[in-house]
Amino acid sequence: MRRKDTSDGVSRLAQSRLAPSRMRPADVLRVAFSGLRTRPLRAVLSALGIAVGIAAMVTVVGISASSQEQVNRQLRELGTGLLTVSPGTSFRGGEPKLPENSVGMVARIDRVQAVSAIGAVEDAAVYRNEAIDANRTNALAVYAADTALLDTVSGTVAAGRWLDAALAEYPAVVLGSDAAMLLGISRTDGSVDVWLGGHWFTVVGVLDPVPLAPELDMSVLVGWPVATELLGFDGAPTTVYELSAEDDVADVRGLLPATVNPSNPEEVAVSRPSDALAAQAAVDETLTTLLLALGAVALLVGGIGVANTMVIAVLERRSEVGLRRALGATRPHIRRQFLGESILLAGLGGVGGAALGGVVTAVFAASREWQFALPVWVLGGAAGATVVVGALAGVYPAARAARMPPTAALSAA
Amino acid sequence: MTPVVHLSGVSRVYPGQPPVRALDGVSLDVEYGEMVGIVGPSGSGKSTMLNILGTLDRADSGDVHVDGYDVAALSDRQLSALRSRRIGFVFQQFFLAPGVSALDNVADGLLYTGLSLRKRRARARQTLQRVGLADRVHHRPHELSGGQRQRVAVARALAGRPSLLLADEPTGALDSASGAAVIKLLHELHAAGTTIVVITHDHDVARELPRQLHILDGRISADERAERSAAPAPGGAR
Repeated sequence: MRRKDTSDGVSRLAQSRLAPSRMRPADVLRVAFSGLRTRPLRAVLSALGIAVGIAAMVTVVGISASSQEQVNRQLRELGTGLLTVSPGTSFRGGEPKLPENSVGMVARIDRVQAVSAIGAVEDAAVYRNEAIDANRTNALAVYAADTALLDTVSGTVAAGRWLDAALAEYPAVVLGSDAAMLLGISRTDGSVDVWLGGHWFTVVGVLDPVPLAPELDMSVLVGWPVATELLGFDGAPTTVYELSAEDDVADVRGLLPATVNPSNPEEVAVSRPSDALAAQAAVDETLTTLLLALGAVALLVGGIGVANTMVIAVLERRSEVGLRRALGATRPHIRRQFLGESILLAGLGGVGGAALGGVVTAVFAASREWQFALPVWVLGGAAGATVVVGALAGVYPAARAARMPPTAALSAA
Repeated sequence: MTPVVHLSGVSRVYPGQPPVRALDGVSLDVEYGEMVGIVGPSGSGKSTMLNILGTLDRADSGDVHVDGYDVAALSDRQLSALRSRRIGFVFQQFFLAPGVSALDNVADGLLYTGLSLRKRRARARQTLQRVGLADRVHHRPHELSGGQRQRVAVARALAGRPSLLLADEPTGALDSASGAAVIKLLHELHAAGTTIVVITHDHDVARELPRQLHILDGRISADERAERSAAPAPGGAR
């Protein structure tokens, strides 16, 4: 930047060297800020419009990310090595069933760490007592469960105890978490009995929710031997749970159908419960996208508010534009000033909105005992979005201010 | 020596029915160090004259040279650069930024010169001292009297050390005492070597100026020079 000695009026410089100065970025910022400061209420209200849009978007993404993080953490804790084997559809007609010795067959596969099963006890239902109407089953299923089940599905006992080899011989029952709630049972000290398939079973335990086997939450579980003996259970497993190392899941998955049912492998369905959990999180993303779009609309409306404010500001400050032109501002100087003001206005809203969104996300996550997660790209995106919105909103007013002839701007005062 | 302002045959016509000839073939030289009053009733073409002298507007015909530059040959950007370094403006309405200290109002007058904020403030402080407002540096416009505000505006025009100071009705918004003080200040600046053109319709103000150009219907009707060329005691005629 060439600078001339302005005090020397006599020196004759070539006209081509009469170049306007470039405004320093710090000066653009200062001028933009002082422009906003003269009308603080209007600036705050305009920025608020942007802040609401940004806060909405940050919150939506933040809550979604926190929820995703929660699922991920759950998957990390539970592992993704669990596969479930259940009867698929039969081409021969009739209900396909898993062979009785499925568990033993699966256990023989290399790299299988644990295997367990439940079997539906058909025609058995559970009631709080014998006086309850037989139709009021609460949709609870009765399953025979083998003793390895709880470890295989990474389940935990909320109260009481799990079925062991001894208990499995006796009319003892463990309730899934929802089943316990529906039956209104929380005591597991052996003092509570339920009416199950025409027999009294003593409640010995209540499970925590089992994320990888949610079907257990709505079930009551009895021992395999007692189910066969008392309830007419046919011994055919309904679902086999198989656990292996995560790296081995794909290999084991390929082997499972033929192992369980060598004669009709196509009648065996294998699924991975962790996929279902992840898919559930993915479903939430559709809602997130919708809410994000709503946030974008709010941001757009905020942007229009900023544009409106800037148009009014330019009209009101014609004399300021005139003065600045008289002081030597070029058209680009004026344009940059108002564009800077618009971007600053939107940017202030963006910062406020991002902070607000972060706080809302943190409060929401804390209320659900989730881990707080707000990706950096969200904040970067919010900042970028406000700059873009501010720039777009400012383009027209700034161009209008720059186009104003200095004489007209001065005489308007 | 070339004059700071050289107009020859300058016309400015505003389109309309009928067109208004705001300036009609005006020729005029103002030398460096002169103090000139441009006097005339409203509608006589004074404001157009100010705009042309200040390069805020261009003549439709004729030659305009300011500080040696041919205005017609300069682009809008170059004219802006010329204004930022060579011309200082003082307006009737002061045009001070509200809520901004006198220091920063003056410093912002140098915003487009390319000087750093520190240098702008240093020069602003110096110039405020020169116009007698050393003790009002941090006052904001609403804390200043009208006369003080206009002195801030004069300081802003002066801070860039312009070759030409244009004052448009500098006393128009002031009571007579404050107005006299501002005129006294302009005389002092003139005595110190600043070239000043005062545009006014106030004959009392004009009478005190060493040279008066009377303008009527876009033409210079008289070009009078006072016999006493030294800065007179202002306010004496009131």
